[in-house]
Amino acid sequence: MNLESIPLQAFLVVSSALFCIGIWGLLNSRNAVRVLMSIELMLNAVNINLMAFSSYIDNNLIQGQVFTIFVITVAAAEAAVGLAILLSLYRNRVTVDMESFNLLKW
Amino acid sequence: MSIAITTQFICFTVLSLVVIIGALGVVLLESIVYSAFLLGGVFMSVAGLYLLLNASFVAAAQVLVYVGAVNVLIIFAIMLVNKKEDLKPINDIKSRRVISTSICLTLLSLLIRVDLTNVWSLSSPQNAIGEESTIRIGEHLFSDYLLPFEVASVLLLMAMIGAIVLARRDVMSKDISTGLPVDQELIEKSSEPLLTNKN
Repeated sequence: MNLESIPLQAFLVVSSALFCIGIWGLLNSRNAVRVLMSIELMLNAVNINLMAFSSYIDNNLIQGQVFTIFVITVAAAEAAVGLAILLSLYRNRVTVDMESFNLLKW
Repeated sequence: MSIAITTQFICFTVLSLVVIIGALGVVLLESIVYSAFLLGGVFMSVAGLYLLLNASFVAAAQVLVYVGAVNVLIIFAIMLVNKKEDLKPINDIKSRRVISTSICLTLLSLLIRVDLTNVWSLSSPQNAIGEESTIRIGEHLFSDYLLPFEVASVLLLMAMIGAIVLARRDVMSKDISTGLPVDQELIEKSSEPLLTNKN
């Protein structure tokens, strides 16, 4: 098999695996900081997808790269606000255990 | 930019292995500090994948924003809240683990099936514009993506103000609910927690 370049599917498989690892971490972590890290992993998986498609399918008007820039912006804002919420949660409950944040549970 | 195809394959394999193993380490390792540093490694390898896709500007942005800002912010948050505590055991943790793992594996197999069986209409030649991509991104940002670009600046301002408001100590000299003087000390000398668990 003579390949011209890396197949698109390879990038897609890597990003799928990264996304599923992120979801697993999001569901199973008990530390709130680790939950934020899992969200960042999932956003990175989406970014890899966008970049791969923009390079392989839309390589003249690389709109996927512009979208990636916007996703990175939103991720930075999300990390800042998320960590601020985490600090104020920690100040009020003196724990970062996700199981103890259950005031809205019915 | 044209690297020999064998070099590209080797780089891709190494980078994707680092991404996957690093991500597994982030979610599985016991120590949260190790997880944070592994997360930095994952972000760097993702930037390397972007370089393989001929996107040097986005790779630089990834390194600057994710490794330089988000990861440092996470490490600072860990330093502020890293207290050794014994987590309360959950009684149905086994079934929870089984259910969530099976959901993730199902989703993974579905995604991989779609990735491998769908026929993508690839354009050729690949990476035609190469190093011009930075210029093209700039043109996009100031022509057809001008409105999202401006809205992003407003979003960043809102996030900055929101983070400051959420994370600062109270500025009022008296607590509203109890009427006691507000503690202005650092976090570590914390006052009585307001909403401790009763059960």
